[in-house]
Amino acid sequence: MNEQIHADKELASLAQREYKEGFVTDIDADTLPPGLDEDVIRTISRKKEEPEFLLEWRLDAYRRWLDMEEPGWPHLHYPKIDFQQISYFSAPKQKKLLDSLDEVDPKLLETYEKLGIPLDEQKALAGVKVAVDAVFDSVSVVTTFKETLAEAGVIFCPLSEAVKEHPDLVQKYLGSVVPAGDNYYAALNSAVFSEGSFVYVPKGVRCPMELSTYFRINAMNTGQFERTLIVADEDSYVSYLEGCTAPMRDENQLHAAVVELVAMKGAEIKYSTVQNWYPGDEEGKGGIYNFVTKRGICKGGGSKISWTQVETGSAITWKYPSVVLEGDNSIGEFYSVALTGNYQQADTGTKMVHIGKNATSTIISKGISAGHGQNSYRGLVKVLKGADNARNYSQCDSLLMGDKCGAHTFPYMEVKNPSAVVEHEATTSKISEDQLFYCRQRGLSEEDAVSMIVNGFCKEVFKELPMEFAVEAQKLLGISLEGAVG
Amino acid sequence: MLTIENLRASVEGKEILNGISLEVQAGEVHAVMGPNGSGKSTLANVLAGRDEYEVTGGTVRFKGQDLLDLEPEIRAREGLFLAFQYPVEIPGVSNVHMLKAALNTLRKHRGEEELDAVSFLRLVKEKAALVGMKQEFLYRSVNQGFSGGEKKRNEILQMSLFEPSLSVLDETDSGLDIDALKIVAEGVNSLRSPDRAMLVVTHYQRLLEYIVPDYVHVLAHGRIIRSGGKELAHELEDRGYGWIEQHARTA
Repeated sequence: MNEQIHADKELASLAQREYKEGFVTDIDADTLPPGLDEDVIRTISRKKEEPEFLLEWRLDAYRRWLDMEEPGWPHLHYPKIDFQQISYFSAPKQKKLLDSLDEVDPKLLETYEKLGIPLDEQKALAGVKVAVDAVFDSVSVVTTFKETLAEAGVIFCPLSEAVKEHPDLVQKYLGSVVPAGDNYYAALNSAVFSEGSFVYVPKGVRCPMELSTYFRINAMNTGQFERTLIVADEDSYVSYLEGCTAPMRDENQLHAAVVELVAMKGAEIKYSTVQNWYPGDEEGKGGIYNFVTKRGICKGGGSKISWTQVETGSAITWKYPSVVLEGDNSIGEFYSVALTGNYQQADTGTKMVHIGKNATSTIISKGISAGHGQNSYRGLVKVLKGADNARNYSQCDSLLMGDKCGAHTFPYMEVKNPSAVVEHEATTSKISEDQLFYCRQRGLSEEDAVSMIVNGFCKEVFKELPMEFAVEAQKLLGISLEGAVG
Repeated sequence: MLTIENLRASVEGKEILNGISLEVQAGEVHAVMGPNGSGKSTLANVLAGRDEYEVTGGTVRFKGQDLLDLEPEIRAREGLFLAFQYPVEIPGVSNVHMLKAALNTLRKHRGEEELDAVSFLRLVKEKAALVGMKQEFLYRSVNQGFSGGEKKRNEILQMSLFEPSLSVLDETDSGLDIDALKIVAEGVNSLRSPDRAMLVVTHYQRLLEYIVPDYVHVLAHGRIIRSGGKELAHELEDRGYGWIEQHARTA
């Protein structure tokens, strides 16, 4: 038998894994009926008791969205989404203002406990300190360590709270990086966004702990449209992580988020994502449609924004975390691992836009395709006229398992300044029967061997994650690879 | 330790091993020699359990078990080690990481305690020095960017680290200069002991100057056509494979 065919067969069942986050929480929810019009937007805004400027901003976004068309250029195939079949708001019923964890519905606490998310500050004290904002469908359930952070002057709260408590900051920065009419999904998000996190780190402050938001979609037929805004003032530092899961459902669910990062002079933002939305079953039924716009701006000189993402979930992923390098000597980084198994499709990559002088950008993308998975890297490196001495290094590696999956690379470069140095390297490799046999001859099981090879392939990205999350990501990849070989 | 009886195997329908019988006792070193295409490497790979070789007949018993019934990783854990003719490159996986994972898997299987990072590093550095491997190779990706000699040295390093009861060396001498050959042979010799056995597969007599075998078997067309002591290797060197094949036909 042909060696590779044999390896392919063994690896074919790669992504037929258990999705252990696939449970549903049975909880009373206040859910809007499906459908989208201006009344729905007014209702969302009213429910969240928003100021007038925000309602106007939403309505403006909605009107723009009506005139826009769903992008057809990604290397993705899915039936047309009926936006009138989706509910745009769902909140678990609870008392209005929560002063402590004791008042949170025990069912919600149980949900997060099952997911391994530490919401109890006392318990968290023993381990690594991470402040968590837990978002359940359209609302934030609880945010931990708020007091500790406040002592350092750091604001970390749900966006809806920030709108009320810090309206000036929100009005100043919301939409400043991703404008309401930026693209189809960003416009939709701007119209209906219901929750997300807000972070402000004042001048010269190094945020004393990791910040993290955990997104959970629970309700049926409901989309999640969160919006995150992080502002790092001059010479400050913050590291932020988002995680996400959803129940296993036969219907596809829409998740269209927007994340905006602003780094002022000398500031650094490290943004890490471990994305584990329900990917659908082995026949490609169900799963999350993940259409996300993430963009950061290095506004001041010497600022730095670094995106690290580990994407193992979603039926469809469409996202390009980008950095606009406006400040001189600014740094933009993108590290990505995207795994597509079963019938998952990912079209993901980044945009690095060089505006300031002496700015550098680094792109490291690792795509793993298995089963019938389709994995596309799409990246743009743009160097504007005034961006003297721009430096970019891009490396896109693809790892294939089996012969029914695909890996595609779409690098774009637009260079308008002759002093720029832009490098692009790409490789495609396959886990071979020879490699597996070699490892097995050394006593390793086939599964351990696959996992070792895949982890080796992703090493450059994992080392960019905060320590505890790197371990998490490796585990997640391990679970995703379970049953990979038979 | 190892009893092969009338072993037959084929690749893609073509019969390569035509009924091989061989008995290897603990403490013995056996050399299997033969011209290209005689089935030497096939024998080594069949013993290790490579899938693409189909066993069509015969039995192999290893330490009292039916070897052919065991998965390759179980054979390895039971103490069968194959030094590959063409060691495989595994990009991104550091050598030291794989060695540790493998050694601890073996130790677990033997009911021994797994080694922590510190004691493992001490051990692996000691073994690396023994086979003349520079420490930097421990931290590189498995076999990636290694020269032919360095790859073979890495195989011997693994062998001395895992301390297998039966080592099968598949043309470990091919592509080695004389200095590398000596170092490899020293590594092998240091592992000789009354409770271990070795099967040294080679095309040339050269390696057997340094690893002196107890028995030599000559393979042709998938069968052992002659067995003898170490002097048989010298005879082959002088008279070539043609002589012995002719001898076998007339006999």
